[in-house]
Amino acid sequence: MGYPVSLFIPPDTPFIPVNSACRKKGRKVDLKCLFRPATMAVIGVSTSQDNHPANVIYNKNNLRYPVKTFPVNPKGGLLNREPLYPSVGHIQEDVDMAVIAVRAAFVPTVVEQCIQKGVRGAVIVSGGFAEAGNSSLQQRVVDIAREAAFPFVGPNCLGIYAPDHVDTFFLPGERIIRPDKGNIGFVSQSGGVLVDQMVNFAGQGIGLSLAVSIGNKAYVRETDMLDWFDRDLGTKVIAFYVEGFERREGRLFVEKVEQCSKPVVILKAGKSKKGSEAVSSHTASLAGDYRVFSEIMKQHCVAEAENEYELAAFCEALSCYPQGINGKIGILSLSGGHGVIAVDACELNDIAVPRLEQETMDSIKKRLSPEIRKIASLVNPLDLTGSSVDSDIVMAATYLSRDKNVECVLALLLPYSPGVSADIGAKLSQVARNEGKPMIAYVPKEDKYKIIIEGFELNNIPVASSVDGAVLMAKALKRCRPW
Amino acid sequence: MVNENSGKILEKNKSLGWVQEPDAKALMKLQGLDIPDFILTDSFEAADQFLKASKSPVVAKAVSKKILHKTEAQAVVTGISSSEHLKTEMARLQTLDGCEHILVEQMVQGLEIIIGAKNDYQFGPVIVFGIGGTSVEIYNDTAIRMAPLKPGDVYSMVESLTAKEIISGYRGSAGVNMQILTHLMVNFSYLIMAFEKEIESVDLNPVICTRNRCVIADARIILSSFRTAGEVG
Repeated sequence: MGYPVSLFIPPDTPFIPVNSACRKKGRKVDLKCLFRPATMAVIGVSTSQDNHPANVIYNKNNLRYPVKTFPVNPKGGLLNREPLYPSVGHIQEDVDMAVIAVRAAFVPTVVEQCIQKGVRGAVIVSGGFAEAGNSSLQQRVVDIAREAAFPFVGPNCLGIYAPDHVDTFFLPGERIIRPDKGNIGFVSQSGGVLVDQMVNFAGQGIGLSLAVSIGNKAYVRETDMLDWFDRDLGTKVIAFYVEGFERREGRLFVEKVEQCSKPVVILKAGKSKKGSEAVSSHTASLAGDYRVFSEIMKQHCVAEAENEYELAAFCEALSCYPQGINGKIGILSLSGGHGVIAVDACELNDIAVPRLEQETMDSIKKRLSPEIRKIASLVNPLDLTGSSVDSDIVMAATYLSRDKNVECVLALLLPYSPGVSADIGAKLSQVARNEGKPMIAYVPKEDKYKIIIEGFELNNIPVASSVDGAVLMAKALKRCRPW
Repeated sequence: MVNENSGKILEKNKSLGWVQEPDAKALMKLQGLDIPDFILTDSFEAADQFLKASKSPVVAKAVSKKILHKTEAQAVVTGISSSEHLKTEMARLQTLDGCEHILVEQMVQGLEIIIGAKNDYQFGPVIVFGIGGTSVEIYNDTAIRMAPLKPGDVYSMVESLTAKEIISGYRGSAGVNMQILTHLMVNFSYLIMAFEKEIESVDLNPVICTRNRCVIADARIILSSFRTAGEVG
């Protein structure tokens, strides 16, 4: 304290300003610096507590991510032999984004300092605002920020996770499981649920373009995130975990969804009466009547996931096939049992398994290997039996795709079948590409079968790890009926 | 999309907090929607003349500022086809709490449906649609969409009902004229959008549909001022 901060910077360190691609002139709100910062200040780093949220955030970004990170604490001094800045204003370089993790009462002042410094946005991790009954303090922060067109995420949130770029989650890096970079944009009102879903996505091999925990959503809200992701080239599907909307915010949300060029998936909490009570005490937002919510989502082609399994399945399927279908599925299987399980799941999810054209069945029959011609069942669901070989499967998938009554092919593959080769995934992907109809595969998720799974996934064909999961993927495509 | 006089009707009822049936129906008529032929009177002679001129039985209802829920207050009598029946029921209705006039109207027969609107906290005006009668509350077989409705929304609402065959027709029954139903619901939704600040909820219950008509047999409008207005029975 008391020393000018420059004393702590070794004199031989040249001052190299980071080239911030996100900076543009003008005061228009732009979230680019917030989500793609080149430089970041972490305000509230503790000099004594190494597991303080700000320290966790500072350490992990400083050590593991390309974003250049500066720690800030009014005491100044050194932190791990690097300069600790007494305020954001003491940082010589341009600061794109600030993570604010100070006590709620200090947040307005810190936000003002950030604005003065020319910081372009913030993640306010701190709690103690509307969720704790302190709405006026939250409003003060919003007023200051709006006046200066200074967007922020939070308060009371985990902030943002942009794979390979920046991570403001105050969870120790070694403790959380993070999905790889991918094309799903994820927005959550709850930080805890977001982390859970990240584990879920990582387990399913689904990647994220950006995950944002918006907490009390005092400035950046779901609707802003829709705009952002709609324009973001790296995002193909936009997923939301929503507890409730503010007054008429739901209307604005679905109006924006209608303009949005990408599929939107939503997981809603607070469906039951008890659940609604839990929500209103959780993030200080009112949960409305769930039926109204659900019906209006359907009306506007939002794919509402009933649970986290559907959420993952919907995201994966829609990232491959953004176009909707009416819901008529052709099922190709190597075992009668799998076909029956799939048909049951289809009926449960209101998906049709239509009768095939006679021409389709005849075409398949005359081309089947002679060994299975008499034992294969050629009505939908097709059962080619465990004696079929690659060429039977590829041929049947081709004619199934060409059937006028079929909009999407479900390929239920049993990789342990003796006639199936490791190349079947790539071969069937070629069929899907040639015929131009969506294909969804089921392959048991085991390391042993990885080569088959990759054959599909590298060709952008979604693979489910269960028959039910494959049907859920088809359900995602059915979300919107074309009129 | 809305008649300039519609706002005046709502304004007139603001202090009451809800709109009585004759005014509510007048509002629907201004919106181009179908209501039954009626007479609003205190005189038995006038009512009897209406009954005699009518080809079908009539309905008699008490119009009272104190009666929001008419069925519970026994303020509705359906199926009146004789002068004697009309006379006794009119006399009884006139004794009900706050009864100002008697509404006598043509009784339309057909399929009963319910159309409602609600100003939802998260989504603003929404439209509710279902098969009418007492079973609507038991099965809750309804569809909800955000207003204003597009014609496609009306078709999808029908399609999403469990009992959709009742609307679309089954076993030789004609079902509902979808063009007329669509006209009714789309126009109704525009009315609700235009007065979303004034209106809290609306029940068109029942709407009676035949092969060539959808007639609003009863309408109740609760205004946003309802909670601040006086208590009603």
